[in-house]
Amino acid sequence: MSKYTPIIGLETHVELKTNSKMFCGCSADYFGKTPNTHTCPVCLGLPGALPVPKKKAIEWCIKIALALNCEINEFSKFDRKNYFYPDLAKGYQISQYDLPFGHDGKVTLSSGKTIHIRRVHMEEDTGKLMHEGNISLVDFNRSGVPLVEIVTEPNFNDAQDVKEYLQKLQQIVRYLDVSNADMEKGEMRLEPNISLSTNPKVLPNYKVEVKNINSFRFVEQAINFEITRQTEILEKNETPAQETRGFDNVKHKTFSQRSKEDAMDYRYFPEPDIPPIRFSKAQIDQFKSELPELPDVKLKRFEKEFALPDYDAEILTREKSLADYFEETVKVGIKEKITAKQIANWIIHKKINIDEVVPATIIKQILTATQTIQVDDNELEKVINEVITENTQAVEDYKKGKETVIMFLVGQVMRKVGKKIDAQMVRKKMQEKIQ
Amino acid sequence: MSNIDIKTLTITQAKKDLKTKKYSAVELTNAYLSRIKNLEPKLNAFVSVTTEEALKNAKEADSKLAQGIDLPLLGIPISVKDNFSTLGIKTTASSKVLDNYIPPFDSTVVKKLKAAGMVLLGKTNMDAFAHGSSTETSDFGPSKNPWNIKHLPGGSSGGAAASVAADEALAAIGSETAGSIRQPSGWCGVVGFKPTYGRVSRYGVVAMGSSLDSPGPITKTVEEAAQILQVLAGQDEMDATTSPKEVPDYLSKIKNDIKDLKIGISEDYFEGVDNEIKAKVEEAVKTLEKLGATIKKVKLFHPKYAIAVYTIIQRAEVSSNLARLDGIRYGNDRSFFGEEAKRRIMLGTYTLSAGYYDQYYNKALKVRTVIVNNFHEAFKEVDVIIGPTSPTTALPLGATAGQDMFGEMADMLVEPSSIAGLSGINMPVGFSKAGLPIGMQIIGPQWGEEIVLRAGYNYEQANPLFDKKPNL
Amino acid sequence: MKINVSKIAELASLPLTDEEKKKFEAQLEATLEYVEQLNEVDTKNVLPTPQVTGLENVLRDDTTKTSLTKDQALANTSSQQNGLFKVKGIFKDE
Repeated sequence: MSKYTPIIGLETHVELKTNSKMFCGCSADYFGKTPNTHTCPVCLGLPGALPVPKKKAIEWCIKIALALNCEINEFSKFDRKNYFYPDLAKGYQISQYDLPFGHDGKVTLSSGKTIHIRRVHMEEDTGKLMHEGNISLVDFNRSGVPLVEIVTEPNFNDAQDVKEYLQKLQQIVRYLDVSNADMEKGEMRLEPNISLSTNPKVLPNYKVEVKNINSFRFVEQAINFEITRQTEILEKNETPAQETRGFDNVKHKTFSQRSKEDAMDYRYFPEPDIPPIRFSKAQIDQFKSELPELPDVKLKRFEKEFALPDYDAEILTREKSLADYFEETVKVGIKEKITAKQIANWIIHKKINIDEVVPATIIKQILTATQTIQVDDNELEKVINEVITENTQAVEDYKKGKETVIMFLVGQVMRKVGKKIDAQMVRKKMQEKIQ
Repeated sequence: MSNIDIKTLTITQAKKDLKTKKYSAVELTNAYLSRIKNLEPKLNAFVSVTTEEALKNAKEADSKLAQGIDLPLLGIPISVKDNFSTLGIKTTASSKVLDNYIPPFDSTVVKKLKAAGMVLLGKTNMDAFAHGSSTETSDFGPSKNPWNIKHLPGGSSGGAAASVAADEALAAIGSETAGSIRQPSGWCGVVGFKPTYGRVSRYGVVAMGSSLDSPGPITKTVEEAAQILQVLAGQDEMDATTSPKEVPDYLSKIKNDIKDLKIGISEDYFEGVDNEIKAKVEEAVKTLEKLGATIKKVKLFHPKYAIAVYTIIQRAEVSSNLARLDGIRYGNDRSFFGEEAKRRIMLGTYTLSAGYYDQYYNKALKVRTVIVNNFHEAFKEVDVIIGPTSPTTALPLGATAGQDMFGEMADMLVEPSSIAGLSGINMPVGFSKAGLPIGMQIIGPQWGEEIVLRAGYNYEQANPLFDKKPNL
Repeated sequence: MKINVSKIAELASLPLTDEEKKKFEAQLEATLEYVEQLNEVDTKNVLPTPQVTGLENVLRDDTTKTSLTKDQALANTSSQQNGLFKVKGIFKDE
């Protein structure tokens, strides 16, 4: 048992899948496009260009905040975050400083642990910087794409919880249909800050930020590597440097970046080019009512309403599209007296492609599988006698007490009949005969 | 054909002449181009003379005229301050940082002017990045005052004002952050109109003070200012700070009398002002009284505080607005900034930096509230406020050397109304003994364009000065 | 108060010579002294005005517009490679 408790806070960026960028009309669908083909004076930072914010992006940000149980600031604004970097076209990023759209929310993990959400705010993405030897190259296609930043309190103590939180967050934004949140495509980005404390109630006097983690697997690796690395330093009675580190996903380790990250002065001030935003309580209540049923609520409902075990409910509610499909199929199945559990089993085990198979077809499939055909009693009698005659050894074994053999004998009858008949009924008749 | 007497032309007259085919748009444009060629070595009012573009515009105008099409500024030769982006045409803001920058888009103002049929004569010289009130901080040399070429034209729209005063252009477009339209218009003896902040789109104007910048016309007469304003005003979807307020018909009421007009005079606005200027402005006020207006003393927030407020807000916004000039996507690197720009960026950066925000920037924003409220109260008692535009007449070349707050000090009288985002006009009221123009400003409330124009028009009719020309 | 001109110049990404730094230090301090006047104004309970228009909620619909072409975007740069803006090497930080 380590004497150090990891203290971890997360900063996550979620890319919204709006059609256009946050402050201009360029297409926000930049992934894989030819560099510098999705720019305009605004997102390229040309002199005189001005930002005009998108209503939809702001509404989606507020919905994310509501889904994370946040309070919403009725009056809010954008602020300029000033710093120089080649991928930052204006030399400042339009973000939010002291009046974020959402604040003080929470997420509950399966263990019951509560993760407090400090803030949820809107900002714009930067361009993409690529390195080639001793030069760097910039593509501004991504500059200006809307991002929602979600910051937690340093409530995490291990990589597992971090992973679970991220998966929940990813699930929520996918449910809201505001982001595809694919980590590999950079649609959800994570920056944990990690430090170790001998007393979990006391925040350590340093923290290390890790960047460039782009899959759930790497999240665990990065965090665990950091915990080990920091432990070693602390054991030597030294304090780990407060810095930003990158993650090498080939070597599975974090590495120091020579960035001058010592308390960057961003000189935040209210964005003079964008008037403030004000939502009434009624509007916010409206947004709340527009939220879809969220994953954990849906899961509990599925368990209750459809009498499904946790395992099934979890799989079925993993993605909203699958959950909706399941409920649709249940509705269709009522007429044919197909149960929700049957449908659940079918969907889960048969790995149905819900894009290609409509609910009505599922019901048909299940019916076919479970439907039994009536067969003439005399016919059946004949076949059963045949099977008994042809399998004397098996019959002997059964009489001797090998109960399971009956299934073999029933199987033989089914095969001879060649049709889907009621196996239970055959078994009963068989047992009566052999006894 | 330089038989065209461009000195007496107004937009209305020129349009009439073009319609009656007294001359063609190409002939008119050539007359101006010829005058520009003649005077530029003396005046340096232009950064670029866009001869090709001008003739192209003029030919198009002639073609439209032949088809009987009428547009508000069809065939009218106009100069545009070089901080307005012009598609395919170099836009430098008179700075070496942008001396090779060619925008791939038009500013909204230029777009509207083009749609109105204007002929673009060229881009005019300014204080680099509009940082000044003299045009002496231009990286391409100062412009000269047409009334005395050993003197400065004022700034930052110095080239624009000089081009109109010298008849190098029939009208000009300038921009004002705090005085940059009114003050050079005052020093050059022309009409300069600063609309309410948010009345005219800033999209495409190289940003200086984002919460202050107001594009506007510089013309020989008030009517022409109104004509151009009519083209420029209106909400722009590319500029979130433009107002959805309907644009009135500015020309419809400017000729009404001013018997109802209540004029406010604040003693503080006459403090520290040259005696000759004081005298001429007081004379002008008497003229307005004779026309039926009533004069009332108002107590305004002392303009000296506006200097501090303006210096902080403007320099803070400047420091951020010029951050995009890093030489990567366009322009030269930051070592090309002139001294004034560097100075303002430094101060702005400092006042926004950690630990100083509340003391400087936020404090300035609060004092701004006081100024806004003060004007609001004053405009309950009066319709317009009148005072001198500038404490001095045009200063000689070299006057700004070594003065690191020159612009902000010189514009003390116009800063309060700029900080509050109000509308204002410079009216030429006479000349000093040395023959330099004296200007009077008429300040109106927010969205008070109509009343300011009416007051100006009435004054102008009673004391027309546009026939007096500089000796060039 | 002493302004750390070097630090400000760094924050502002302005390359200054030592001579310039010295000159600016004096000028900036003089300007700051001048603007101290603001403290004479009582702003207790006064809210700041970052925006004089009084506008709120100026928002646009999520529609796309034509972007600049790649050539237009790159037309003004003096340093490019394969359709990307080129700068001298930044340490790995992505």
